[in-house]
Amino acid sequence: MSRRRRSGPFELERWRPAPFLPERDTRDSALVFVVAVLCFLACLTALGVIASDRAARGWSHQLSGEMTVIVRPKANETPDSAAARAAETLAGVPGVAEARALEREKAEALIAPWLGEAADLADLPVPRLVAVVLDRESPASARSLEQALLARGLDAVVDDHTTWLADIQRGAAIARWVGLGVFLLISAAAAAVVAFATRAGLAARREVVELLHLTGAEDAFIARLFQVRFAQMAAGAGLVGAVFAAALGAALRLGGGGDGLTPVLPVAWSDLLAVLPCPLAAALVAAVAARMTAVNLIRELS
Amino acid sequence: MSRNPNATEPADAWDAVVRFDDVSMRYGREPETLRDLSFSLPQGSFHFVTGPSGAGKTSLLKLIYLAAQPSKGLLHLFGQDVAQTPAEVRPFLRRRIGVVFQEFRLLDHLSAFDNAAVPLRIAGRKPDSYRQDVAELLTWVGLKDRMHALPPTLAGGEKQRLAIARAVVGRPDILLADEPTGNVDHEMGLRILRLFLELNRLGTTVLIATHDQDLVARSGMPVLHLEDGRLAHMGPLSAGARP
Repeated sequence: MSRRRRSGPFELERWRPAPFLPERDTRDSALVFVVAVLCFLACLTALGVIASDRAARGWSHQLSGEMTVIVRPKANETPDSAAARAAETLAGVPGVAEARALEREKAEALIAPWLGEAADLADLPVPRLVAVVLDRESPASARSLEQALLARGLDAVVDDHTTWLADIQRGAAIARWVGLGVFLLISAAAAAVVAFATRAGLAARREVVELLHLTGAEDAFIARLFQVRFAQMAAGAGLVGAVFAAALGAALRLGGGGDGLTPVLPVAWSDLLAVLPCPLAAALVAAVAARMTAVNLIRELS
Repeated sequence: MSRNPNATEPADAWDAVVRFDDVSMRYGREPETLRDLSFSLPQGSFHFVTGPSGAGKTSLLKLIYLAAQPSKGLLHLFGQDVAQTPAEVRPFLRRRIGVVFQEFRLLDHLSAFDNAAVPLRIAGRKPDSYRQDVAELLTWVGLKDRMHALPPTLAGGEKQRLAIARAVVGRPDILLADEPTGNVDHEMGLRILRLFLELNRLGTTVLIATHDQDLVARSGMPVLHLEDGRLAHMGPLSAGARP
């Protein structure tokens, strides 16, 4: 009902039928708010799941593409020459993209945390390390590296990071499933609230349902009125929730920085597209709930 | 029809637009509100339903406008057994029945004009085809200057007249009215009676539940008098059938 119709003389020629359901109803404010908040949480969880999945994949990818070789020099050569010979050997193995001997300082820096600041590393036989980057297409195996080193008479141990990789992959899988579980739980709660609130909103308009029913409106006609109205309302609320979640995701992306969340939870711009189905999903749930409620209500009247 | 539709003898079963055969009705597990009613209303007839409060007048109307179902017996509307009528057909039966509800049942968010037009919209009519008719009808019931008003701003009598306008706007085959003159003054009551008589003259079957003895007496139309849910008398108003 527009204000134009409520004030001034009635203009017959300009009259247009008003919607059977009120265009705006203060009783729906709570419904819109709750649906918007739940959609916001669901979208945020979805973004979190996607980002944590990406982080886990990144870590796995990085570890599985590299190996570390520990070279122990023999009596007749220096540690630096042994490391250089190992790097040269490994670089020639098929499936190795790059092999680089780490400088003494870097090797010492790696073991320093375990020995403490008081230790004098100059007196210790610190082994040299060779960092091996594998070919992504056809990576070499740890066995082939060991065989190549043995063939050149080098005393070395190849660490293919298997132990770390398994731990990280296990952790990532747990994080992925927990995130997915939380997302499904919040989505289910959002759907239940939308359905419940829709039923309450429809029950509050029982007088409209009754009058239309008794005046000869078909059940499908009445159900469609409520279906469309509540779907529109839920879509609007879902859109608000999705926009806020996307805005927060964008803020994390922009403000996370190297010291912020970005390394742990790397949000990509394309992740923000994940919130797009939210308004549609909310509308769908509300439409189904409204239809079922309207049909039940009409059945009670018949 | 060859005979007077308001004749007091039983109507031919196949001629009746409303036929009750031993009909009873109850709400839930309550005792029966209506008991063993058998009567017929021929097409074009005009009857009042009278009886003390609680006699079952409103329940009788509810059965006819399909807001309730008999707990026993057969109810025929327009020659169809209501119990056997498919659910998808019932809305079309309801469209042939205009109802003035005792509690009006106006939609508060719609203007008086929109409220009056509800049955025509539900019937699928285009606004241009009924705009003028609705305006004339509202003018006739004295709501010319209240067409844009919302029901909460209308006085009791205005709401009642609006409810009547809505009930008759679609020229129904049956008009049911529950205490239609309860909130209007004597003069408006007579105008409303004339409207009902005019509709009846055009072929509408009219059934009015009322306590208004003067209205019944002035119309000279027969009554269905209910006592404790039973049909105590059907025919001209008599001393034993005072509203």
